[in-house]
Amino acid sequence: MRILGIIVVILTGALLIYAMGDFPSWANPVSPAHNHVSPRYIEKSMEETSVPNIVTAVLADYRGYDTMFETTVIFGAGVVCFFLLRIPRKDEPTVRRYRHTLTGMTIRVKETRKIPPVLEEFERIDTLWAPHDLIIKTACRILVPFLQLFGLYVIAHGHHSPGGGFQGGVILGASMILLAISHDLRTAIGRMSERVHAILCPVGVFIYAGTGALCLLLGFNFLDYGALAGILHVDPVTARSHGILIVEIGVGLAVMATMIWIYNNISSKGRYDEGL
Amino acid sequence: MSDLISSIVDNYNYLIYVTLMMIGLYAMIAKKNLVKKIVGMNIFQTAIILFYVSIGAKKDATIPIIQHGHGQGAHEITSSVIEAVEYINPLPHVLMLTAIVVSVATLGVALALAIKIYNQYETLEEDEILAQIREK
Repeated sequence: MRILGIIVVILTGALLIYAMGDFPSWANPVSPAHNHVSPRYIEKSMEETSVPNIVTAVLADYRGYDTMFETTVIFGAGVVCFFLLRIPRKDEPTVRRYRHTLTGMTIRVKETRKIPPVLEEFERIDTLWAPHDLIIKTACRILVPFLQLFGLYVIAHGHHSPGGGFQGGVILGASMILLAISHDLRTAIGRMSERVHAILCPVGVFIYAGTGALCLLLGFNFLDYGALAGILHVDPVTARSHGILIVEIGVGLAVMATMIWIYNNISSKGRYDEGL
Repeated sequence: MSDLISSIVDNYNYLIYVTLMMIGLYAMIAKKNLVKKIVGMNIFQTAIILFYVSIGAKKDATIPIIQHGHGQGAHEITSSVIEAVEYINPLPHVLMLTAIVVSVATLGVALALAIKIYNQYETLEEDEILAQIREK
């Protein structure tokens, strides 16, 4: 099997290297990729959508269908992870560990039924990973709001600078994952519960598809944002810019929720009690 | 001989992607461990993403954001002012932007499947899983 694999890999590589001779050289301005649809996008996108960032304009307007179904793929991946892994556990694990917040001592409780209901001075910690690091926890807790602010900036400023829904959504998701890694999964879920992910994820896809359907209801093509001019009281070109922003917000919500959802399910094997 | 060397130097970026792609393909075919296969799949995707992004490069061009395209007077910028040679190709960036996020999502699904397989068979080695399936 190994020999066969090496043969297949080397044959494929040799074929590609043989074809490499016909490829345009690095950064050649007259290569075929730069000569058909790309100049059209570069020259006309500002005029047609009033969005300076051509990548955003192409992503959400010219190739709006593509991006919509990419968002649906991401939503599908989140749902698949949920259905594959989630175990709705009613029974608690039999062993728990607690840390005394004043002295830093840890205790191990074998019979969870005998835990007294009030445990103010104790906080629950993961059974597998005990060490408590104040520096990491504090640094990450301070970092998270700035990360989220930056994520919102990346989404909102995607028209004028590199950014947009996908990138901003990933940054927002990463901030919550950082919280889950630096503290524990229960803290992150306490801030943003599973229900919130499960709602935000389809809401993002719904905002995208709903914008398209709204254009359809107003008598234009699906995802033709010029239709929103009447609702937003702007000219059709500016309406395209606003439509792109609405759609990017939807993408950002869906991507953020899916990243956190996938991380929570995979890191806790679907139990949602003890993560990494 | 000098032709060969110059063609390699001219197209070194493609050589890097072909090498990366071969590493990923080999890991997907020959490795027994499922997580290593998933890592191979990601290396393969990285090779394709780099390939596309390098296609978008253009000499003496800047990032695909229209210069002075915001604030006052932005509406006067029309297609007559914008030269396509001044900006790199936006299309590969658009395609790869979505592909990166989708690759993360597929990675998540692949890892979820690996966890399910591990729960079922207590191993991630392909040959041990196949042996267990044959025993049943």
